[in-house]
Amino acid sequence: MKLNRRTFIGTTAALAAVMSAPAVMGQGKPRVVVIGGGAGGATAARYIAQDSAGAIDVTLIEPQTTYYTCFFSNLYLGGFKEISDLGHSYAKLASDYGINVVHDMAAGVDRTAKTVTLAGGGTVAYDKLIVSPGIDFVDGSVPGWSVDAQDKMPHAYKGGTQVELLKAQIMAMPAGGVFAMVAPPNPYRCPPGPYERISMVGHLLKVNNPTAKILLVDPKEKYSKQGLFEEGWAKHYPGMIERIGPDFGAANVSVDPAAMTVTIDGTVEQVHACNVIPAQKAGMIAAAAGLTDGNWAPVNPVDMSSKMDPDVYVLGDATNQGDMPKSGFSANSQAKVCANAVRGALTGSRVFPAKYSNTCWSLIAPEDGVKVGAAYEPTDEKIASVSSFISQTGEDAALRKATYEESEGWYTGITTDMFG
Amino acid sequence: MIRSTLALTCLLGLWAGLSQAAPLGDPEAGKKVYNSCKGCHEVGEGARNGVGPHLNFVFGRKAAGLEGYRYSKSLERAGVAGLEWHADTLDAYIEDPRGFASGTRMSFRGLKDPQDRANVIAYLRLYSDNPANIPEADPTARMSEYTVDAALLAMDGDREYGQYLSGECKACHLSDGADGIPSIVYWPEDDFKVALYAYKSGQRLHPVMQMIASRLGDEEIAALAAYFENPD
Ligand SMILES: Cc1cc2nc3c(=O)[nH]c(=O)nc-3n(C[C@H](O)[C@H](O)[C@H](O)COP(=O)(O)OP(=O)(O)OC[C@H]3O[C@@H](n4cnc5c(N)ncnc54)[C@H](O)[C@@H]3O)c2cc1C
Ligand code: HEC
Ligand code: HEC
Repeated sequence: MKLNRRTFIGTTAALAAVMSAPAVMGQGKPRVVVIGGGAGGATAARYIAQDSAGAIDVTLIEPQTTYYTCFFSNLYLGGFKEISDLGHSYAKLASDYGINVVHDMAAGVDRTAKTVTLAGGGTVAYDKLIVSPGIDFVDGSVPGWSVDAQDKMPHAYKGGTQVELLKAQIMAMPAGGVFAMVAPPNPYRCPPGPYERISMVGHLLKVNNPTAKILLVDPKEKYSKQGLFEEGWAKHYPGMIERIGPDFGAANVSVDPAAMTVTIDGTVEQVHACNVIPAQKAGMIAAAAGLTDGNWAPVNPVDMSSKMDPDVYVLGDATNQGDMPKSGFSANSQAKVCANAVRGALTGSRVFPAKYSNTCWSLIAPEDGVKVGAAYEPTDEKIASVSSFISQTGEDAALRKATYEESEGWYTGITTDMFG
Repeated sequence: MIRSTLALTCLLGLWAGLSQAAPLGDPEAGKKVYNSCKGCHEVGEGARNGVGPHLNFVFGRKAAGLEGYRYSKSLERAGVAGLEWHADTLDAYIEDPRGFASGTRMSFRGLKDPQDRANVIAYLRLYSDNPANIPEADPTARMSEYTVDAALLAMDGDREYGQYLSGECKACHLSDGADGIPSIVYWPEDDFKVALYAYKSGQRLHPVMQMIASRLGDEEIAALAAYFENPD
């Protein structure tokens, strides 16, 4: 017998009704605590608060009062966005959705007592915990670079002031100077991100410093949208961009931030601005809470619950889930599946099957946008890609412009979805 | 009462595993099947061409697409004509190489057992691009099927389900529309359905919406239409 979709839904609902002894007995409302108010955390907090209509008490712990999106920060480098366009406040999550927004850092999690300790003192108790802390960098992944050197050689790979610093340094390059990027090894947040950044720096230099050069040092053999980027670079920035791959020693790279040099397989290059994007791992709190195995936090593909603890969910870049790229779109998509599961567990509401998707746009030059996307479903092992698409080389200008406009629509859409 | 009958079914345990994507095959078992290819093909780190071409990154590759390997004219012509290796074309080729490309130099009688083919394809898939790093890479599983019971079409869309599904749409569609992406709220249900079926069938061309609609069954489309007609 083959059951259809409706059967599944009906049964899950019925199952929930039959089996769910309310997860939290007795006094008070069930409590959800969310660590990290980014693409994953803000979305999860908002959906749980909104859809449970007051039945669940939601606390969001996030140190920043304004979230600066990494997405579209490359467009700021290119001159297509202002920094203020990238900043979003948590005010509506508090006022319109009743979320208790705590601007502090989570310092630790006691999973036995089910409490989160705040850096500023005090603890918050939870029935279900959602952790979406984004990334941190792997120490020593680029010899010569450490977080202490981030003012000389910015990473600009987390939200905040780093991207402004990077832009100022690029603008201060001498005429004909060299901008270098050390690209990260897999896996890292936003697979096309470094290459979109190369494109936007190309545009910035084309306008302000047309004889400057770009040196891309990349330890990977291949990268996402490679054909599209290479076509675009040849068209818009001919002769400006040189990529050194692992076959020419890019896996053996070190930097000297004081001397402003990059050494590639023994050859020293003098550069004038340098963007080091180190290897990445789950945001520190994930490891501190004992949720990681290696660099990332493994999760169950059906609902994003941690493989270490059924009362904890991990979202976004910090997770090891399978085939989804680490992106804001992915984190937002995972958050909705998680929100539905958490609500079901705490209030007995219907739990629907997980379904995930992702689309990542990149801007290559003014009005020359491209995209890649895929649909995902859980299997027993992982979240698996079940279909994908990508823009084609040789597309006409009108289609590329429409694609860029779509990305603008998406930016407004997802930030509204996150922050209300 | 449909739901209570179904509740019974579910308590009998029939609900488990539904709506899951099916993996391409079992790579562990495929490793054994690969023994029959091994004499001619290398795969994995440092793989080189031998009697046959190496099979690293074969998914998404044009047939006869490796430089430095001398293919038969037959496979070269197929590549020029647009043949690419994906789970389905690989399946057809290794089932019956000579039937698929009459002049191919792959002198291998073929794998007749579909499960063996699925498993070896899943094994080879491990050595092509990882979608987590290269999102456009070939899928690693098959989309779950939506089997539709005609009786359900007459049923009203399930608004609550529609609301859940609408989460995916709201990453892009704002209620009042935005640059580049139209508003989809307060549409008559039938118009909404027509638009989604047009993407699903490929009559309306747009890669994002085609992908999204391709995984919506009639049930999902009805639920979404019911929800978006009046989302407040
Ligand atoms: C240059 C660049 C371009 C990008 N472009 C795109 C794009 O076009 N599309 C796309 O989809 N994605 C893009 N991304 C990726 C996207 O930014 C991330 O994938 C996304 O933000 C991940 O969401 P998250 O919730 O995992 O982490 P984040 O959004 O980083 O949120 C984590 C939050 O947790 C907080 N936090 C960390 N530790 C703690 C703690 N201990 N206690 C409390 N709070 C804590 C942080 O302050 C932060 O606000 C881009 C990234 C970069 C760098
Ligand atoms: C007897 C040697 C032999 C065996 C065994 C063999 N192959 Fe091949 N295979 C070849 C040769 C030779 C070619 C090149 C065919 C041509 O040029 O027409 C080839 C081509 C291919 C190609 C096309 C690659 C490309 O670059 O276009 C694939 C895929 C492939 N084989 C898969 C397999 C699999 C999977 C098996 C085992 C189930 C297998 N082969 C068994 C000899 C073999
Ligand atoms: C990744 C962004 C994205 C997501 C997610 C998305 N859409 Fe769309 N949608 C678009 C774009 C872009 C268009 C315009 C397409 C075109 O030009 O045909 C569109 C068009 C549509 C249209 C036709 C609108 C019209 O004016 O004719 C409908 C209906 C629609 N989408 C429904 C949905 C539903 C339902 C979902 C969720 C299940 C969804 N979309 C998810 C981007 C998206």
